[in-house]
Amino acid sequence: MNEIEIMVNGAPRRVPGPATAADLLRHLGLDPRTVVVELNRQIIRRPQLSDIALAEGDAVELVHFVGGG
Amino acid sequence: MTTVHAAPATDSPLTIGNRAFRSRLMVGTGKYRNNGDMVRALEASGAEIVTVAVRRVDLDRTKDEGILYHLSPDQYFLLANTAGCYTADEAVRYARLAREAGFNEFVKLEVIGDRETLLPDTEGLLTAARVLAGEGFKVLAYTNDDLITALRLEDAGCAAVMPLASPIGSGLGLLNPYGIRTIKRRLSVPVIVDAGVGTASDACLTMEQGVDGILMNTALAEARDPVAMATAMRLAVEAGRQAFLAGRMPKREVAMPSTPNAGMLE
Repeated sequence: MNEIEIMVNGAPRRVPGPATAADLLRHLGLDPRTVVVELNRQIIRRPQLSDIALAEGDAVELVHFVGGG
Repeated sequence: MTTVHAAPATDSPLTIGNRAFRSRLMVGTGKYRNNGDMVRALEASGAEIVTVAVRRVDLDRTKDEGILYHLSPDQYFLLANTAGCYTADEAVRYARLAREAGFNEFVKLEVIGDRETLLPDTEGLLTAARVLAGEGFKVLAYTNDDLITALRLEDAGCAAVMPLASPIGSGLGLLNPYGIRTIKRRLSVPVIVDAGVGTASDACLTMEQGVDGILMNTALAEARDPVAMATAMRLAVEAGRQAFLAGRMPKREVAMPSTPNAGMLE
């Protein structure tokens, strides 16, 4: 199986490729309903997660809500 | 025998950006010793609006620590903040992520200017407020007790302005009642005091200035008993609000007897 190297939350990570943003969430065991995906500083809306392919060197941020004031 | 019913002064709901809220107390969800304390304190506070923050998912942990595992978005109105942002661009980025993650277009905008005091960078704040209001966000802007900045935030299209009582997490209470009263008197949008309230008397005194509400976090999270303090804060906010609506007696430099002088014996 091929792999691609991308940056996820600031750290390099090798993931099976080709992969969409939805594949990445599945690979990491994350629920797309509770996570927001930013790809190269562009937000990917939830309905598009399966349409957006990740490429070598992409910078992905995965964020969610935590406690705060 | 007649029964005497409590007759609180009639109050209208707190309306922010076309949404009406019963509770004038808003609470944060940070820094609690554990999630059980937080959930019970939130309940005891009677708050409808609770703040949350946007952060990276911790990919090294097996258990998901997202706040939504503990809070139901059906039970609370989640208000995302931009805490930790030091530039307008950064705050706008966080606000957009929050809107995507969240359930509404409200954002508690913070643009911090100094790491020691966490006082706001008012220039960055105004820039970010204009951008976000232009994108349809309902912006609640955390600011200092300066009238001119508050007026400019209102002009920028903010749905509410949130001047501080004292620095975030300081618990120093209401340092500038005059400044807060002036902001409230001059603005048309709701004024919610955010940060610095340490205990119930601070909350009561703040509400007595006539502001529309209070947002607090550390006062509950760092209390020895957060649930009991949340109850105290709920009562204090209600008491302060009722006292404001009731209209206090004037202050005098001399005594005035409460008992009539007429009818004294010769």
